[in-house]
Amino acid sequence: MSMYPEIADKLMGLDEAVKRFIKDGCQLAIGGFTIVRNPMAVAYEIVRQRVKDIHLVCHSHGQALDVLIGAGCVKRLEIAYGGNGRYAPTCIRFKKAIQRGELQFEDYSNYQMSLRFLAGALGIPFISTKSGLGSDLLNLEGFPKEIRRERKVAIKKFAIMQNPFNEEEDKVVLLPALTPDVALVHAQYVGDDGTVRIKGLTFADVEQAKSADIVIVTCEEIIPRSFIRLDPDQNTLPPFFVDAIVKVPYGAHPTGCLAFYDYDPKHLNLYKKIAGDDELFKQYLDEWVYGVSTFDEYLDKVGRKMLFKIKANPIVGYAQGLDRK
Amino acid sequence: MAIKYTDNEMMSISAGRFIKDGDIVFAGTGVSMLAATAAKRIYAPKAVIFFETGGVDPVLDEIPMAVSDLRVMSGTCLNSGLIEAFSIVGHRKLHTIAFLGAAQIDKYGNLNTTVIGDYHRPKTRFSGSGGACDVSSFASGVITFMQHEKRRFVEKLDYLTSVGWYKGGDSRKELGLQRGGALAVVTNLCVMKFDDETKEMYLSEYYPGISVEKIVESTGFEIDVSRAVESLPPSEENLRVLREEVDPQRLIL
Repeated sequence: MSMYPEIADKLMGLDEAVKRFIKDGCQLAIGGFTIVRNPMAVAYEIVRQRVKDIHLVCHSHGQALDVLIGAGCVKRLEIAYGGNGRYAPTCIRFKKAIQRGELQFEDYSNYQMSLRFLAGALGIPFISTKSGLGSDLLNLEGFPKEIRRERKVAIKKFAIMQNPFNEEEDKVVLLPALTPDVALVHAQYVGDDGTVRIKGLTFADVEQAKSADIVIVTCEEIIPRSFIRLDPDQNTLPPFFVDAIVKVPYGAHPTGCLAFYDYDPKHLNLYKKIAGDDELFKQYLDEWVYGVSTFDEYLDKVGRKMLFKIKANPIVGYAQGLDRK
Repeated sequence: MAIKYTDNEMMSISAGRFIKDGDIVFAGTGVSMLAATAAKRIYAPKAVIFFETGGVDPVLDEIPMAVSDLRVMSGTCLNSGLIEAFSIVGHRKLHTIAFLGAAQIDKYGNLNTTVIGDYHRPKTRFSGSGGACDVSSFASGVITFMQHEKRRFVEKLDYLTSVGWYKGGDSRKELGLQRGGALAVVTNLCVMKFDDETKEMYLSEYYPGISVEKIVESTGFEIDVSRAVESLPPSEENLRVLREEVDPQRLIL
């Protein structure tokens, strides 16, 4: 008998979740934002299983995006921002891949990408906004013409039209909806009934999850139904949106997770130091991803000392006084 | 003896002077984070700082290193998400001021944070728009932080990520953008503003010890300097707040 009978069919390991749901060429949305709540444990497993040709769709992303690109898992990218905050104003492998012409990419803005996920979640084919009028985001297409008829690629980047409800000249932008194959979410809590609770900022995780066919949730803790339903106002997703649940404490490391742990400045600085050099980056992957078979082994490498240092004060949410230089 | 201060300190204080009580301030990473926090602690205690990630009015006892930092979720009145954040930036009843940075700027305050060189095969790729294109479309005003170099103040941008006054005059409105535009540019040498009619950048203030000639030489297009005055330096109290309250760990200062 499973410890959690209600979600027994959804509970699995990282290896199984990736093997079952993340296929070569799939369109993938990753949760979190720059250096917070990136689904790193799943990203590492995707790299280990050498999934290829991923079509990544995201707003502002950092560490998970950069590792996936650097490891050669990504073919196609729709993105608003690739950066690790002060630790890498532009994501390093992302920058290199574009400069070398190794990626098919399309630029949007954060709001535009969030709206596109919302449209997908609502089941509408496009959504309108005024954001970006006059900019090159709405002038230049990044994707080559020949891929415009391929799976999950919109036939054009955007359209600009007259507002049909205004008789005076009034332009609006239309953006195509996104319906990714898979969305990844790293949450603090999942109830043993399957309810998901993200603490702190949700970014566009909710829209991404609702727009996707399959949702994989990794979490810090699985908590009783009686607790998660005590204050349902705090909950993020109902159980039926979730297809796979994996318990992975520290599963967002080296990015942060509110009330559990801060981002790991030492690891982000190490990454910054090595990511610019192809050979050193390869060694990094060998050491931190291919060279460890489980996430526990990875955490052993991070070390107990660092895990204590980044442990968040659960009341204020972060590690006060942490050396973040 | 004159008070000593750094470029980042002068820039934070200069930008902070634009913020008024009741303003809703959109902050990005880096100097913009310092300026927003300094503005609230020095000039406009009733201003509200918020982030595109969805954090509204955090306590900011420690300086965030990214707009998603756990510190922007701590002591807030609301933790939400991106769509909620952009509903604040463009809200018709709010006066929102956004702090941005850029790799290139032109004389109408249009910004490039995407590429140097060809878009498809760039010499240098930057992070991209993030929320910059959105806030420049919707905010009541944008203040941009720049390192003042000729290669950054250019006649023509390599890529227009975020619209300022577009092509000058009424052209921004004609695009269909209902409000907003570039309010000021704060650099390590000076403060620039935009002419009410032409919307062209002009020199408004030069920092103490900086010559107008140096600013003209460091700008890749012609600027009007006839309205320029010398800036007030930061006061000792301004610097104390910055150093002891805003960024005590000296992560950005």
